[in-house]
Amino acid sequence: MTDAAWIDAALTSARPQAVGALLRYFRNLDIAEEAFQNACLRALKSWPQNGPPRDPAAWLIMVGRNAAIDEVRRNRKQEPLPEDEPISDLGDAETVLAERLDGSHYRDDILRLLFICCHPGLPATQQIALALRIVSGLTVKQIARAFLVREAAMEQRITRAKARVADASVPFETPGAVERTERLSAVAAMIYLIFNEGYSASGDTAEIRAPLCEEAIRLARLLLRLFQGEPEIMGLTALLLLQHARAAARFGADGALILLDDQDRSRWNQKMITEGLALIDKAMRHRRSGPYQVQAAIAALHARAARPEDTDWTQIDLLYGALEIMQPSPVVTLNRAVAVSKVRGAGAALDMIEPLAPRLSNYFHFFGVRGAFLMQLNRNDEAREAFDRAIALANNSAEAAHIRMHLDRLIRDSQPCGSRISKK
Amino acid sequence: MLYAILCYHDEDTVGSWTREQDAAVMQKLSVVQDKLTRQGRLGPVARLLPTTAATTLRKENPPVVIDGPFAETKEQLLGFYIVDCNNLDEALAVAGDLGAANPGGAYEIRPVGLLNPGSLKT
Repeated sequence: MTDAAWIDAALTSARPQAVGALLRYFRNLDIAEEAFQNACLRALKSWPQNGPPRDPAAWLIMVGRNAAIDEVRRNRKQEPLPEDEPISDLGDAETVLAERLDGSHYRDDILRLLFICCHPGLPATQQIALALRIVSGLTVKQIARAFLVREAAMEQRITRAKARVADASVPFETPGAVERTERLSAVAAMIYLIFNEGYSASGDTAEIRAPLCEEAIRLARLLLRLFQGEPEIMGLTALLLLQHARAAARFGADGALILLDDQDRSRWNQKMITEGLALIDKAMRHRRSGPYQVQAAIAALHARAARPEDTDWTQIDLLYGALEIMQPSPVVTLNRAVAVSKVRGAGAALDMIEPLAPRLSNYFHFFGVRGAFLMQLNRNDEAREAFDRAIALANNSAEAAHIRMHLDRLIRDSQPCGSRISKK
Repeated sequence: MLYAILCYHDEDTVGSWTREQDAAVMQKLSVVQDKLTRQGRLGPVARLLPTTAATTLRKENPPVVIDGPFAETKEQLLGFYIVDCNNLDEALAVAGDLGAANPGGAYEIRPVGLLNPGSLKT
């Protein structure tokens, strides 16, 4: 690996900690970000000559802080400086600062930085964009590309989100236990959103959007390293790894979505699966279940099945039952019905989803799944009706194509039955 | 004489490598490993999963299980085992048996991501 690549990776990995600490000093996101940028520029000059520092994050925080203090001093001579004295001696200061960083500050700094992006007034897409910009340090261009929008539009979106966050009062005191738990769950939800933004891509954009999934995994691992004993964060990290492990098998050469049953399982990423399984295994020992753990456990059962027919649908049905209690939602019940159709047949599954119809009357997946059950029951006319409805409700061409493929597949699968009926 | 070479690096930085960077490093390492393999000098090589997947068993009586890697500095790394287990509970049971035979200190239990059994004849 070249020096430049090493430095790049070191700057990326130090970023959440460094920007988080700088934000604590300056209590202003713009100043913190600018200070970090300045420190990075100096690192690019200094590190190739002097070698990398022992603790890159500590180096960046100190250098960034001094640069920003100079800047603040120049710009607002009348205003008081931040509390801490500027540190001038690089060598000694690094050790002192590194020791100070090892404390709980470091953990709360990163959590605060992530939490700021979860401002409830921001729509989900803005939360994600802000987190990718501020925490991950992706460029506006990279984010715009991943979101499939123009750079100028993304620039505007991020600027607006930042302004909104700046107006909100961000608590800088060390959070209490309850507050910390609340922040943690908001941040976990945001990381899951980042992942889904990448995961819900269609075939032609999956490659462009994959970095969103990878970034979400990196953030989840970061969060888990800070909160080692939190089973739900283990569950979240496991869930993302197990889902992303299937990335290479999810789309065909033509960009069409390949359903789980039809995926070439040899293309699943075994390394990610191993890590995901290890994490869910570790989480379950806590006997403190939660929605991420249950979803990860479901993904784990799919990952463990060498062939589709080896899938433990009975267990998946039970897990969806648990999820229904934790997070009651017609969509969860709909997913459970798919497992029920495998265990107890399409008739039982259909009975299960009929009561959902009023609440899911505009949800294309509902009609896709309903159509599939009807097809299995040889109620082909009703099935076709459901599929037509699904296609009409699809939000984009990829969703429509997904349903069409579902339809094609069921037509193909049902042909032997159909011919048998016609012979009678 | 057999030597163990223990690999230390900043996990955050390694985790920030792109897939291409990671593959490039692994490729360069495999060149070195292949040479040793041909010479019959290479024993097992393991790439461990991130420390987030680690569990630590403190060999107290009764043993205490802690999430996360071994983080104390007053004990030193004195050896390691590679054991095939179906799950973490089994691995903890093995560690518990070992701990009963040799109390004090701790075992860090870390899943292995990649294993090259090597070519060493013992």
